Order: sequence, then structure tokens, then C-alpha cells
Amino acid sequence: MAEFSIDRFVDLYAHRTSGMSASEVRALFAVASRPEVVSLAGGMPFVQALPTDDVLDAVRGVLAEHGAMSLQYGGGQGHLGLRERLAGLMAAENVEGDPEDMVITTGAQQALDLVGKIFIDPGDLIAVEAPAYVGALTAFGQYEPRYLQIEIDDDGMIVDQLEEALVRGERPKFVYTCPNFGNPGGVTLSYRRREQLVALCREAGIPIVEDNPYGMLRFEGSPLPALRTLDPENVIYLGTVSKVFSPGVRVGWALAEQSVVQRLVLAKEAADLCGSSFTMLVTERYFADEAQWRGNLATLTNIYRSRRDAMLDSIDEHFPDGAMWTNPAGGFYVWVTLPDWFDTRAMLAAAVERRVAYVPGTAFYPDGRGGNQMRLAFCYPPEDRIREGIARLGGLLEDEQALYRSLHP
Amino acid sequence: MNVAVLAGGRTPERDVSLRGGHRVTGALQELGHDAVLIDPGERALAEALQERSPDLCYLTLHGKEGEDGTVQRLLDLVGLAHTGTAAFDCEIAFDKLLAKDALDRAGVRTPAWAPIEGTALRDLGAGASLGRAVERVGLPCVVKPSRSGSALGVNSVAREADLPAAVMAALSFSGGVVVETAIVGTEVAVGVIGTPGETLPAVEIVPKGGTYDYAARYTAGATEYFTPARLGDDATAACRDVAMAAWDALGLRDVTRVDMIVDRDGVPWVLEVSVSPGMTETSLLPMGANAAGMGLAQLCDAVIQSTATRRGGN
Repeated sequence: MAEFSIDRFVDLYAHRTSGMSASEVRALFAVASRPEVVSLAGGMPFVQALPTDDVLDAVRGVLAEHGAMSLQYGGGQGHLGLRERLAGLMAAENVEGDPEDMVITTGAQQALDLVGKIFIDPGDLIAVEAPAYVGALTAFGQYEPRYLQIEIDDDGMIVDQLEEALVRGERPKFVYTCPNFGNPGGVTLSYRRREQLVALCREAGIPIVEDNPYGMLRFEGSPLPALRTLDPENVIYLGTVSKVFSPGVRVGWALAEQSVVQRLVLAKEAADLCGSSFTMLVTERYFADEAQWRGNLATLTNIYRSRRDAMLDSIDEHFPDGAMWTNPAGGFYVWVTLPDWFDTRAMLAAAVERRVAYVPGTAFYPDGRGGNQMRLAFCYPPEDRIREGIARLGGLLEDEQALYRSLHP
Repeated sequence: MNVAVLAGGRTPERDVSLRGGHRVTGALQELGHDAVLIDPGERALAEALQERSPDLCYLTLHGKEGEDGTVQRLLDLVGLAHTGTAAFDCEIAFDKLLAKDALDRAGVRTPAWAPIEGTALRDLGAGASLGRAVERVGLPCVVKPSRSGSALGVNSVAREADLPAAVMAALSFSGGVVVETAIVGTEVAVGVIGTPGETLPAVEIVPKGGTYDYAARYTAGATEYFTPARLGDDATAACRDVAMAAWDALGLRDVTRVDMIVDRDGVPWVLEVSVSPGMTETSLLPMGANAAGMGLAQLCDAVIQSTATRRGGN
């Protein structure tokens, strides 16, 4: 008799890898990426709308003027010229930032990882909005925190719930939120709640991690002040060019107190020494021409707005009674809540069979909640495909309701 | 030989199939064959085959289309030989509702079951008779899609109140559902290969999380395997006999895997058979072959030889 060893290191892996396993949902997404499937699942920016000539100019310019530098290592904090440029980008959202208080990261995703690395010891409590961006949960999850989940409504995170938890004596290490057209909720934190959250956290001495990938993709209404603007000392602000330029260049950043930045830079250097000099310089150059990037951003925003409209209109037309959904004023996502008995995870196979895909709600909670919820992304497919996908999904929801009724006569 | 390895497709087991298909393609090349992988999910199969004009199609597709006789019928139509079971028998073997009936008729032990069809629920009010299913199979029970693989959509049910949700989950993968008695015992898989069929040593499956679900199957290290299975001589012999009985009852050919559970009295119960067993690095058939001293190349060679023998005999 022999024990057949599939993985001879299986007893050696760190405890934090125990949650990393194959999953049914992942298997279904392998099919969902096929062209005949309308994928409302992934949040891929529609980079096709970006004029390649603009990018080509930036790339040529970088190689012509900074050839050697762009192919060399750089400092851990990231290229100063880019930090200055990104400070200008933040200023467009009324966020003030000193380039010295910024660290460039490999997308905002790495900033999430680094924040987790410098703040979380195993077992530490962190507060996250519920639902929360799945990538933040996986980034933080590596450091084995416990979660305090603060629910959201149409006005974003319900700050009263956080307050109640603090009164109970809970002391999270930080509060994570995506306040503008959040992923996955699609909702925006109201001004009143912004003030409430900032005051509460300042009083309690708990830093806020403000994740703002979508703030510049506003379809209507006026921008609200960033949490960072309301309290520059207590907010760690995360930005990215992924949604306003390209996720392929992998450029994000964190803006924080100097003491925090120093630790983030050391953690960044430990992880990968430095970001890509080449893409940092290309990004700097792309954002050098303000009229150009603003024009491209306006084009993108218009595209996303009409896709959002197509999605909301067809949801209204095709989804059955009892379904509720958010009404995003920007960003990429609509968040759908179905009657309690729905199991969107189990239903995904039937959806893919009907050639439409979404992300089941459970992905966005650390504790398995969200079984009756789903995230729908309108950023990538064109309007006619969105309408087709929503019609397919609506048909499935009706059939599921009929099936449910037949099983509960 | 000019061999087309068919792998991928459009089912949820697409990734698993591609992983196995690449390994099989490599093994066949190692054997000196001119082997190439064709993915029907990437391009129209009929056209790709016409272009390639292979001597033989080696099937490593999983799930509907790959295992239910669809691909086999297409290959029959265009006159291409393929490894594995014939189309009609595939259709029976792949559908758990049909396969359990066929096994039962042939006197092969399979756990008591109740069928539930989606159309009967929707159109015939069959929901009212769900309680009868529980009466027949008892609790706890296992709810499975009738036509799916890799434990996708499979759930254990301990309370009757949880049955409707499990049925709905299984129906997401298939039009029909099998509600089956949960047998407590040792889970084993027995490969059968060649013409006439010969059994490979039984592989014992011990999932660390207690359930041999999708994650336990495809996450390296999530399940412990023992070859041969830690069974007594009598139970080992019984597993061999039962695997061959299932092979005969279902008219299987060339290569298959019979999944069973050996109860506390040493009696094996057949859970299901696979006409296109997984060939990934964590798959059971290659493990059983390994225990018999066969590497992946030898295993693939045995399957090809078996197919050739049959064609010679026709």
C-alpha cells in the first residue's frame, strides 16, 4: 500500500494558503469567457475605446527621451515625475496630495496588499463594507484578519452600524471602503455619512482606507468630497489609472501620512523592489497632455453611461417582481438582490448554459453571505449584448421562480 | 499514428479536460505518435477533423457533448475511429438516471435512488411527491445532477427541509436529478482498461474536508489517495468484480472509471461510471495505472491498443 502523493509539499504550506482551492465558480468562468456567452461578470475596462495612437506617442516619447532609464530599476517609492502627475490627477477630484506622501504600486491591488501587510496580524479585526470588493478581501485575507462587516444601502456604508460596533467595544485596525460607485454595490457614500465616518474614525483613532478606482467615471450629479479631503491625516487614499487609462500598465498608488508611506515603501521594496519604470514613464507621459486624457476619459464615461442605461432599462424590463437593484451614478457595477431563497452560486451553471454570466454575491462577503445576490458589470459588452444578456438572465430568474413554486406547492 | 486528442469543449469541466488533454497529447507524442490537441470549444470540430484527417480520435472531453454520445455520434458519422465507449452506451452511462437503472437491472449494487425530472416539477406538479423520494432513500441523502461530472452541483442533504434547495442546485447543471441514499464507507475508484477489460488497482479516496467535492478533486493536496485501497482481500476482490460487472452491464469499452463506496460490511456500491475518466495530475485513473506499474504513456498506449484491437476485430 502506498499513499499516492499529489503534492509532496502539502504539509509544508503556510496556514494562510488553506483557503486557496479549486472552485466550481472558477470552473464555470472558464466557460463564461467564451465569445458566445454574454459576460456581465468581469469588470474589464473597455480599453478598446482608447486611441492607440495616443499610447503609441507616449511609448515612443519614453523610449526616445528616457530609453535607458525606462529599462532600469527605479526607487521603491516610484518615479517622482509620475507621482507629481498623479497628484495633478487627484487634484481633478479635489484631493490634495504631496508627491512625497505617495507610493506608486502595481495597481491599487498591490496597495491593498501592502496595507494588509503593514497593519494586519493574524486574528486582528478589520472593518469592511459588506459587500466589499472581492480583491480587497483576498488581499487582506492573506494576513488572516477577522472581519467586522458593515452593511451598505443606497447611501453607501451604514456608518451607524460601525458606530454601534465601536460602542460595543470592537476596535478594528482600519475601515475599508470604496465610497464612489463602489465595487460591487454600485452605490455612493452620501455626504452626511462621509462626515459621520470621518468624525467617528478620527475620534476612535482608526484609519480609513479609501479605495477610489471609479471616482472619475461619474455619469451624472456632482462629485462628493473624498474622505481624504475631509480628513487628510486619518485617511489612506488608494488610486489607480486602471479605469481612467489602462489596467495593463499596472499603475496605482497610495497617498497617506509620511509615517505610513515609509512603511508602505519598505513593504513594496520587500515585495518587488520597485514598479515597472517603463510603464510608470509611459503613464506619466500619457497624463502630460491634459486635453487629450480628459477627452479620452469623457469618451469612456459616455460609453459607460449608455451601457449603464442599457443595463438598467433591460433589468427593469426583464427581471421579475421581488428583484431589487442599485442605481449607480458612475463606475462599472449594478448590484442585484433577489428573494432570499435564490442561490445565485448554484444558478450560475444554468446561466452559463443560457450563455450569460455574472458574479455570485457570496464572493463579496468573507462569511458566505450574499447567496441571493449577484454583481452585474456593464463596462465591457456593448449595449445590444447587455440587453441580450439581461433578457437571458431575466428568463432564467422567471424559470427559477416557477421551479421554486413547484417545489413548495 | 495520426491522433487527434479531443479536449476542452464548452462544459464547466473544460479546464479539467484541457489539463488532461495536454498530458495525453504529450504522452502520445512520447510514444512516437503524431498527436495534436483539438479543442471543440475553440473551433468547429467537424471542420478541424476534416483538415486533420486523423487515424484515431483520443477522447478526453468531459461532461455533456463529450461523454453523452454526442461527439461519438459525430465521429461515427464522419467515419472516424475513437477511443472509448460507443455512442449509445455513452448516453446510458453518462446519465445517472439511466445508468443506475441499467446497473440495477443487471444486478449490480447501486445505492437506492429516486429520480426527479425538472420538467415533471414544472409541468406535472411533481414537487408534491418530493416527500416520497425521502421515504424511498432515507436521510441523509445525496442529490446529484443526472448529467454532469466532477461532483459539480452535488450536495449532501441531512434534513428534508433542505431537499428543495439541493434539487434546484442540481437542476442548474442538468434537466434531471438523482436523489440517492448516502452510504457510509470507504470511497474507491477502480479503472478498467483494454479489450477485454482488466481492472487497475483500486484507489482509495480520503478527502481532508470530508467530502469529495470539486475543490477536493482538483486542489492538489486537498485529498489523500491510497493505492491500492486499504481494503481486506475480500473487499478488494469484490471491488474488482463489481467494476467488471458494471463494465459489462453498461457495455463499456477501452477505458473507464467505476466510482464506488465500500460499506462497513465490505460490500461495494457503484455510485457512477465515467466513460472519459479525468487524466489530470490529480486524477484517479492515472493513479490506479501507476499502482499497476504503468506510466501515463503506457496507460494511453493500452487505450489505443484496445481501440485498434476492436477495429481489427470489426
